[in-house]
Amino acid sequence: MWPLSAVVSLLVCEVQHPSMSTKMQSSNNTVQAQRIVQQLQTEANIERIKVSKASADLMHYCGEQARNDPLLMGIPASENPFKEKKPCTIL
Amino acid sequence: MKRKCSCKRHIFCLGLFCFIYILFFKMLCGPGERYLPRKMAAQEVQPSETIAKLKLESETLKTKLEEERAKLHDVELHQVAEKVEPLGQFVMKTRRTLKGHGNKVLCMDWCKDKRRIVSSSQDGKVIVWDAFTTNKEHAVTMPCTWVMACAYAPSGCAVACGGLDNKCSVYPLSLDKNENLAAKKKSVAMHTNYLSACSFTNSDMQILTSSGDGTCALWDVESGQLLQSFHGHAADVLCLDLAPSETGNTFVSGGCDKKANVWDMRTGQCIQSFETHESDINSVRYYPSGDAFASGSDDATCRLYDLRADREVAIYSKESIIFGASSVDFSLSGRLLFGGYNDYTINVWDVLKGTRVAILFGHENRVSTLRVSPDGTAFCSGSWDHTLRVWA
Repeated sequence: MWPLSAVVSLLVCEVQHPSMSTKMQSSNNTVQAQRIVQQLQTEANIERIKVSKASADLMHYCGEQARNDPLLMGIPASENPFKEKKPCTIL
Repeated sequence: MKRKCSCKRHIFCLGLFCFIYILFFKMLCGPGERYLPRKMAAQEVQPSETIAKLKLESETLKTKLEEERAKLHDVELHQVAEKVEPLGQFVMKTRRTLKGHGNKVLCMDWCKDKRRIVSSSQDGKVIVWDAFTTNKEHAVTMPCTWVMACAYAPSGCAVACGGLDNKCSVYPLSLDKNENLAAKKKSVAMHTNYLSACSFTNSDMQILTSSGDGTCALWDVESGQLLQSFHGHAADVLCLDLAPSETGNTFVSGGCDKKANVWDMRTGQCIQSFETHESDINSVRYYPSGDAFASGSDDATCRLYDLRADREVAIYSKESIIFGASSVDFSLSGRLLFGGYNDYTINVWDVLKGTRVAILFGHENRVSTLRVSPDGTAFCSGSWDHTLRVWA
């Protein structure tokens, strides 16, 4: 019975006043909010270029590499190990 | 009779004890926590004010970020691409079908030798195939089901895999087919939730992982030591991709918080963050030049983000596509974007013009994974229909 009463009284105490964990929770929230602000500041300060320039660069890269792109250009079956090679006919 | 009396007495004692205890603490505490030292009481008043101030500051910064990005949005990618020649008709067919998995195929990866493929499935099996001959070269049974991630080591001598076991394990592949691979297994990564993706860095020595616990991590394979962890996602991280080696030490990750984050591998810092998707991001893949990346999401769209312009520059969507994109990859030149969707199809997009150039049918269930081969001659797709298909 005595342990039971101890438990009950502890529970009652918890109800009467908030414990340390909620105080830690609020300081954690502050730390988290500070981190978010810092992160946003870092992101806002990065250097950016115009979309027109970025698009032009992407297009340029595509153009340069296009001839090396087998799926884009298509390569003859004889060079592609996955495509069936056409049988040779000797005339 | 005696027992009844002692019960009554006990209850009375308990009640009295409680009463005195409460009274005691009420006297000590009072209404305002007077038992705390003064300093803590003072600090306690501040946090709620500070949080409100910080929240306001973060909202202001978010608006500023959007404004800065909008200033440079002078044109759309597809407008600039109008002068580019349109692509012709594409004929891509299934050239190989790899059958052997007993359940849904969840992930696959190519070996650098352009012919071997490793794939993992829901039944816990990880299989290494020769894609030319469709022969199975190795098979490992993992101790868990849902092996959601697998990767080939750059040397071709090992594979990494993991899933519901929350770990990433590395299996060295031996030339002896009879050798039991499971015996040489090395546990490298430990997360607190499922492993969603893994990738070797430029060498066999380090592995990058992402997990349902919301973090990504870089591990040393030999020692299993955690080298760097990446915190920032607010929910499960579903995918990651390393920047092509020329562009340096960054990687991009996508998660259930609809965000795609770009990270610096050395510092663990999130460099850039993009949040334009309307649902979970299932797949992210760098553009071959490293200046952009594409993402596929449950919102049925794929999007292209340019890293130097720091914004989304293209959306690949159609009204008729209502199922999520599970996996995306670029062709070698970056002109084509292949997307595997949950409606069993693969859509091929013109990256520059934003139009669809082909739709490929063949799988009998969701396409869950898709990768273009290292030399760009073919691409492989894995599906919930238990098969993998090589297309060219």
